[in-house]
Amino acid sequence: MSDKGMMNNPVIRWIEYRMPIFSFLNHSVGTEYPSPKNLSYWWNFGSLAGIVLVIMIVTGILLAMQYTPHADHAFDSVERIMRDVNSGWLLRYLHTNGGSFFFILVYIHVFRGMYYGSYKEPRELLWILGVIILLIMMATAFMGYVLPWGQMSFWAAKVITNLFSAVPWIGDWIVTWLWGGFTVGNPTLNRFYSLHYLLPFVLVALVVLHIWALHQFGSNNPLGIEAKGPQDKIPFHPYYTVKDLYGMGVFLLVFFAVVFFAPNLLGEPDNYIEANPLATPAHIVPEWYFMPYYAILRSIPQKLLGVIAMFGSLLILLVLPWIDRSPVKSARFRPVYKWLFWVFVVVCFVLGYIGAKPPEGVYVVVGRIATAAYFLFFVVVYFLSYIERPKPLPASISEPVLKGGGSPAGAQAKPMEKA
Amino acid sequence: MTDTAHSARPEDGETRRDFLYLAAGAVGAVGTGIAVWPLIDSMNPSAEVLALASTEVDLSPIEEGQRVTVTWRGSPVFIEHRTEQQIAAARDVVLEELPDPQTDEARVQRPEWLVMVGVCTHLGCIPLGQNPGQSRGEFGGWFCPCHGSVFDTSGRIRRGPAPRNLDVPAYKFLDDGRIRIG
Repeated sequence: MSDKGMMNNPVIRWIEYRMPIFSFLNHSVGTEYPSPKNLSYWWNFGSLAGIVLVIMIVTGILLAMQYTPHADHAFDSVERIMRDVNSGWLLRYLHTNGGSFFFILVYIHVFRGMYYGSYKEPRELLWILGVIILLIMMATAFMGYVLPWGQMSFWAAKVITNLFSAVPWIGDWIVTWLWGGFTVGNPTLNRFYSLHYLLPFVLVALVVLHIWALHQFGSNNPLGIEAKGPQDKIPFHPYYTVKDLYGMGVFLLVFFAVVFFAPNLLGEPDNYIEANPLATPAHIVPEWYFMPYYAILRSIPQKLLGVIAMFGSLLILLVLPWIDRSPVKSARFRPVYKWLFWVFVVVCFVLGYIGAKPPEGVYVVVGRIATAAYFLFFVVVYFLSYIERPKPLPASISEPVLKGGGSPAGAQAKPMEKA
Repeated sequence: MTDTAHSARPEDGETRRDFLYLAAGAVGAVGTGIAVWPLIDSMNPSAEVLALASTEVDLSPIEEGQRVTVTWRGSPVFIEHRTEQQIAAARDVVLEELPDPQTDEARVQRPEWLVMVGVCTHLGCIPLGQNPGQSRGEFGGWFCPCHGSVFDTSGRIRRGPAPRNLDVPAYKFLDDGRIRIG
């Protein structure tokens, strides 16, 4: 970000003296933020998710200028955005597909953290903040999906809010309170709109905390060993700003290919039918990013236990740093965990597939096995961390590349010796 | 901060200051609760929503064997003019076999008229079976397409994840041909 030349600018010096924001930025994402020099492209997804959050907020604010949050007008106002508002179709398709891509990026980000042990000491709080971001994201996405007031919107709202009726004693009271009526209706739509506008800014605040926690110890890396000294690090700028920008270019190509050529690929056709409180569509499904949890919910034949399992499947991630006791972070050096991780990924995909299928026949059986496997993963990880024999770790981040600790440039030899 | 108070009478386990802390804390907690309650309560159903809480239905055009859906408080209410066979099927059930045991007599005021809220007690979908050609499930009642709950000719849950029988709303026969729901 800033360098010596920039600091010669009198205006920047004037501001910096009164509020050192330029050196703050420089220490956050600039030349003064040293990062491990071996970060792979799997480390692009955090910043990509941040970019999508910005896209969502910008398109969302513009959509809010055109949208009418009333049960009688919401559906028509979305159709007006699609047909009459200048570039309205673009705003809406960016926003709906942006939501889907936000989840793709964040899920990859989470899996990356699980593979390389990024949740382990001293980054537990960083991980927990990330899981909370995921939960708030889900609440935001769910409420946003209700706003177009199509059939899927309405019945998603009905079914998901009804999950809370499983709470003993006060369940029905909670659901009525959430609805502001005796069923999902205009009061529900209004409050969801209000919260859908609020929560993204809560997300921004949580992302700031997430980055703050990240900068305490810096990024984990594919080897999962901490940097031994400056010879293991390179400045964030320009090396990773450029790498992130390149990744952003690739991402935007894919994103816009979907926005322009298959904007309804990830949507449900039934949501282009206006909400009808008196008829449930024959086959209701949540958005794809909720399918695995929906499959877990349906796999358990008892209502309350199903709801507990569904929320538990997410909340268990909060304690993952204490489930996995292995001191070795990266799966590269954990021969069994590496294998187990990929089984877990497959189980998540199977659950996602089952969530999209009707709850009958072989799908029920597969769904139950996959649900058991999902939770079993965490049990096995706990015991595995005591018995697994990891491969030997390299002595430093530089060692595997340089074979014996040589240095690429003579200038860097000195700090190397100190470390 | 509290050194002076404690050193003044160190032999007392509890001081006046402790009492004041607790009292102030209790008042603060109760005061916060009282202040927050109206904010929470504002999200509960409002007066105009509560005012729409009853519906009158004319039963006279409903033929025997016919099912009709009316709207009550924004939700569908299923009304069925049951046939003799349906009544018999509903009453010819071993109660112990039911997930939510309830006699058919307890669910109707007059045996030929079944009135109940057409909202699945699992997660709130509308069961199929009201319109001709829709699946009625294997017990000839209703079938919820969302998660596969099956209801019998008395609206009782027979199979699937729904925890309760379909709810029977409060209703009253105004005369032989009219009821008021709610």
